[in-house]
Amino acid sequence: MGADRTRLRFWHLYGGGDGVNMQTMLDAYRAAHPEIALQASTLQWGAPYYTKLGMAGAGGRAPEVAALHLARLPGFGPGRLLDPFDLDLLAEHGLDRKDFPAGLWRRGRIDGAQYAVPLDTHPMVLYYNTDICGKAGLLEADGKLKPVRGTEEFTAALRAAGKVTGRPALAVETLGAGTVGPWRLFSTLYSQTGGTLLDERATRITIDDGKALTALRFMRRLTEEGLAHRRLDYNGTVGVFGGGETAFLLGGEWEVSTFANLGLPFSMTRVPNLFGHPTAQADSHCFVLPHQRDRGGESDEAAHAFVAWMLKNTVEWAKGGHVPAYLPTLEKPGYLELEPQSEYRSVIEDVVLDPPAWFAGSASSMWIELGAVLSGVLTGSRTPQGALDEARARLQALLDTPDPLGGDA
Amino acid sequence: MTATAPTTPVPPGRAASRTGAGPLSAGRRWTEHGLVFTAPFLLLYALFLVWPVLLGLKMSLGDDNIAGTDSEFTGLDNYAEALRDPEVWSSLWNTVWFTLLSTVPLVVTGLVLALLAHHLRVVRWLWRLSWFAPFLLPSGVVGLLWLWMIYPSDFGLADLLLNSLGLDPGIGWLTDTRYAMLSIVLTTVWWTVGFNFLLYLAALQATPRHLYEAAELDGAGAWRRLVHITLPMLGRTTAVVVVLQLLASLKIFDQVYIMTGGGPDESTRPILQYVYEAGFTGYRIGYASAVSYVFFALIVIVSLIHLRITRRFREETAK
Repeated sequence: MGADRTRLRFWHLYGGGDGVNMQTMLDAYRAAHPEIALQASTLQWGAPYYTKLGMAGAGGRAPEVAALHLARLPGFGPGRLLDPFDLDLLAEHGLDRKDFPAGLWRRGRIDGAQYAVPLDTHPMVLYYNTDICGKAGLLEADGKLKPVRGTEEFTAALRAAGKVTGRPALAVETLGAGTVGPWRLFSTLYSQTGGTLLDERATRITIDDGKALTALRFMRRLTEEGLAHRRLDYNGTVGVFGGGETAFLLGGEWEVSTFANLGLPFSMTRVPNLFGHPTAQADSHCFVLPHQRDRGGESDEAAHAFVAWMLKNTVEWAKGGHVPAYLPTLEKPGYLELEPQSEYRSVIEDVVLDPPAWFAGSASSMWIELGAVLSGVLTGSRTPQGALDEARARLQALLDTPDPLGGDA
Repeated sequence: MTATAPTTPVPPGRAASRTGAGPLSAGRRWTEHGLVFTAPFLLLYALFLVWPVLLGLKMSLGDDNIAGTDSEFTGLDNYAEALRDPEVWSSLWNTVWFTLLSTVPLVVTGLVLALLAHHLRVVRWLWRLSWFAPFLLPSGVVGLLWLWMIYPSDFGLADLLLNSLGLDPGIGWLTDTRYAMLSIVLTTVWWTVGFNFLLYLAALQATPRHLYEAAELDGAGAWRRLVHITLPMLGRTTAVVVVLQLLASLKIFDQVYIMTGGGPDESTRPILQYVYEAGFTGYRIGYASAVSYVFFALIVIVSLIHLRITRRFREETAK
């Protein structure tokens, strides 16, 4: 033992409930692989994590394997800060591209090399309080939310639920320090109109003003008409929905454990299709291989095997709310029994990730900047048109800035 | 980046004793000994201040990224971009606006508290302690404490109190562009007024008693003693306090970062936060360095004014 064990270092950013689930998975991995000395490090989520990972890759002394948000891949120096996966090696350990949704797999591919293997996708979803919705007559006989389609049906449902509680029926993050909720909401609604932000190569703005204004005006309407709480930061949304005071919450699925632990009567479903397309904003956690000057050999093979093992054991991961990207998991009985986590699994075909730009993805410059701008639409400090103009200007400024980690390309 | 915490208090008058060539500078040996004694400080000073400043200057002239790879010399491009960047100007204005808003109450409140503590005869230690104690708290504690008092989502203690008085809260302490900066100012005054209080209190206690006795003999009342003796005698302290306060307020970062993250709608984002975002979220270390040099220019101007003022006082005391 000891000296002849292969060292495998894994950096990730999973805290909270995700952190607990990840720990369980890592413990199981360790138990199954006594020959591997796994050193897992949990780093602080967001910009601090990416700063550290980037610098480690730049020095070529990075960990063997790490976590990344898929939408951040284009800005993360693939080929320079990240090494590509060896697909044959992955296949040897039983992973095939056919086991993943085509869209997510393709997002991990840059210049013909596979830099990221998706672990999950984490979309915006609709949480609903089954007590309140029951009283408002919004549930089917089986206790699930009646299908809602289009803005009129959705606002009618919100009004009905609001009558039961005597307060706004919808909680959505509208503001706060470093707020990104408004961006998530806009991205979801705008994608449902069929609009796009940038072209496929992320070099040019393709915003359709009419569609964007449709989404922005609806956002404005939600708070203006008292359908949604006007002033809630992220913790506030969790607070009011978790407190059982609000019928609906539009937010990320990762709070499922929080509400389950509270004993709240709730369930979850996909974001209703309001504007014609059933899409929802999402990002995706994935595995990457940070750049190592001397990548190869046993530790590299261990990294590939580790990724394959983790993906095949993602039922545990799904408990945290994320939809596993490894499709065979979605058919496992263990996953299907997870309630309400398996309720919205079909969204995996309809997730909308940020355009592949260096400044996009979770905790990116674009999220921080547009989150602040769009927050004003929900709180009422900006008009939809004013926010659109500002968002366009900010996007153009980001497009005009060369990728700082992009090298000469 | 502590916002208002100059590490060494500068008592009024100390600057004067350093001026001119005293007897100490006559012998060369003393200089040599002095170097030995100051070497530990100079070393750290060079390592953690001079070197980063020079390195920052070099980075500001290139397109350095956070990973430190492939940087190229780009001359003054970053500066040209910074001067054209509306976000530089808006965040710089936020910093200046905060400085203007905070300096007056911090100086005036500090003076009033010092006068109170100086004249109150009962439990003097309690006043001194309670007015100075907040200054000893780290910025993170202060930020979170106030955040929970004026929470953005109507959960805060302040809203709760207003509610119990039958008033509709709904004041966007930190979320309404009209109030957010004022809330930050309020927090900052509570936190750092103790430092100005202390400087004023020291100056009050150093005011010669015989002036008051003479004035009383001449029949001057409390108000006239305040206006004609106390305030003029505090003039020099006020000049020091104001300049130290300006410099401290210009460094605003912590409270804003914790309490509003620069929001709502970037209305409280100070220039230092923009530098942080450009460098650590946007990875553009070169550009971030250039923006901080633009800010540095502003600080230098304020410092030069400070130097002029202290020099004038020195000349006055020399006469």
